[in-house]
Amino acid sequence: MKRIDWRGALLRPQFAALAAVLLINWLLFPGFFDITLQDGRLFGSVIDVLNRGAPVAILAIGMTAVIATKGVDLSVGAVMAIAGAVAAVLVTGGASAIFAVAAALLVGLLCGLWNGILVTYLEIQPIIATLVLMVAGRGLAQLVTEGSIVTFSDPVLIFIGTGSLFGMPMPIVIAAVLALVATLIVRKTALGLLIEAVGVNRSAARFAGISSGLLLLVVYTFAGFCAATAGLIVAGDIRGADANNAGLWLELDAILAVVIGGTSLLGGRFSIPMSVVGALIIQAMNTGILISGFSPEFNLVVKSGVIILILVLQAPMVSQWLRARTVERKAQ
Amino acid sequence: MSIIKKLALAAGVSALLSSAAYADLSGKVIGFSQIGSESGWRAAETSVTKSEAEKLGIDLKFADAQQKQENQIKAIRGFIAQGVAAILVAPVVSTGWEEVLTEAKEANIPVILLDRGIDAPQDLYLTSVASDQVKEGRVAGEWLVGAVGDKECKVVELQGTVGSSPAINRKQGFEEGIAGHANLSIIRSQTGDFTRAKGKEVMEGFLKAEDGGKGICAVYAHNDDMAVGAIQAIKDAGLKPGSDILVVSIDGVPDIFQAMVAGEANATVELTPNMAGPAFAALDAYLTDGTEPEKFIITESKLYTPADDAQGEYDRRKGLGY
Repeated sequence: MKRIDWRGALLRPQFAALAAVLLINWLLFPGFFDITLQDGRLFGSVIDVLNRGAPVAILAIGMTAVIATKGVDLSVGAVMAIAGAVAAVLVTGGASAIFAVAAALLVGLLCGLWNGILVTYLEIQPIIATLVLMVAGRGLAQLVTEGSIVTFSDPVLIFIGTGSLFGMPMPIVIAAVLALVATLIVRKTALGLLIEAVGVNRSAARFAGISSGLLLLVVYTFAGFCAATAGLIVAGDIRGADANNAGLWLELDAILAVVIGGTSLLGGRFSIPMSVVGALIIQAMNTGILISGFSPEFNLVVKSGVIILILVLQAPMVSQWLRARTVERKAQ
Repeated sequence: MSIIKKLALAAGVSALLSSAAYADLSGKVIGFSQIGSESGWRAAETSVTKSEAEKLGIDLKFADAQQKQENQIKAIRGFIAQGVAAILVAPVVSTGWEEVLTEAKEANIPVILLDRGIDAPQDLYLTSVASDQVKEGRVAGEWLVGAVGDKECKVVELQGTVGSSPAINRKQGFEEGIAGHANLSIIRSQTGDFTRAKGKEVMEGFLKAEDGGKGICAVYAHNDDMAVGAIQAIKDAGLKPGSDILVVSIDGVPDIFQAMVAGEANATVELTPNMAGPAFAALDAYLTDGTEPEKFIITESKLYTPADDAQGEYDRRKGLGY
């Protein structure tokens, strides 16, 4: 087993970008790193970044696996809405919270399986196959909630969105556990290697004896599971299922997080932890804009400017040039 | 002519006149082209329109356009072909209506716009029933001025979607409402996209940025959903919404009345879903004796506080599909 190069890992542009965004936030708002204990849970802007970033981070975990197979899943935002709607309607209808959560996760798995079948057996391009559920899924969620925001007061569902474990908000705990488990599974077994092989060349992988069809099914189903988990969190957070807005456009944030994390959209090389870092960069930026006091017309411009900067720093040309310069300086 | 005949004739004429004067809409077929069901308010508008029509005995033909203008145009053409007595339209966009409305005009079918205006010659429609969004903001601002008196009050604002007309107008109205009262100032203003989740997230940011919320005296949200999200954020920060931080918003959805019952919201300005009531009244007058209604009928922007039977208002609204 190879040893992890911690120093090299920490020098990656993503960590530099995260540090830079956090630093700017601190300069804009000196209390940014203050953390206090409020009603038995940690309270502060940094916690907000982690807490609000959790749903996108969870989506990004599933999305990373999908993108590593040279696919993409546009339906995750809609699946979030469906999962939230199913859980909310079940608990308000008198079902137990455990049953509602299990049903929501099961629906997420089924949505992912549906995508996987379209991609694997019908060989529809992933962007089109998942676009179907992206459009239809929100409609399904609206059918489930009958168009209104279904509010609930079930303590278990609310706990998923706003509770805390040892002072740490639940969304952070869930995202961290999911990221850790997923990383261990893909890196401590051959699964990661198989996913990369399918992403680089599906036919070659099949000839090498990998059942790439089954692997794709598993990957899309996992993305659906992650989406359902994120959907439960956002529903629990506002104590209601908002089929029109839950997860709206979050698939794009998730893809962006994966790309910022350095996973190639062409498949192959991927990193789940770096995608989570990507999600945190996006959220650190969002939180920074909120506390900066800029007028909201600037939000999207500032956000896209920072993203361009991060992606340029990661571009092969720029990183080669930077490396050449450091080598030069060392030689002098 | 005998006196009896004269009397009979007079009675007959007056009966004719009176039946003309109260030519009610009962039994008339009226088409309603609704945008879709993109929000709870829209769903409530649909159900209130249907129940108003039922009250008057109108045979309402309902067409859901699913947010597409082409569907609305098709629906209007369908109504014209059926020869309905009148058409109600909640237009999804403001342009591109001249052709189909001219067809309706040529068929002598009056068209009434609900909730939103259009860019078209005014003679193409009978009237437009809508709320005054600037006034909604102003009513909210004026309530806050009265509520805080001479006290120093720093307000944070949760705006609607950037660039949308309710966000622009409700912001402007609120600023007009608090103008001239130097003790009130808007210290932070950000968009919460009209959603609960974003309203909560933005409010969390505001609370951190303003010393845990100690500097904030009131929050003004451009809709109730964002206010509901903000209320949760205030509670998470260990403060009491409704007393530590006043909450005022616009729309009048059931959940804000529930928050009022719990003492967590202070005021809301209603955007009434009953646009059809005034529309039917104007139509009745027009069909009866040709009374031209005003071109722009403005619905009332009523202020509700917990003193206005919040529980009752909640019960009245919860079945409307919000």
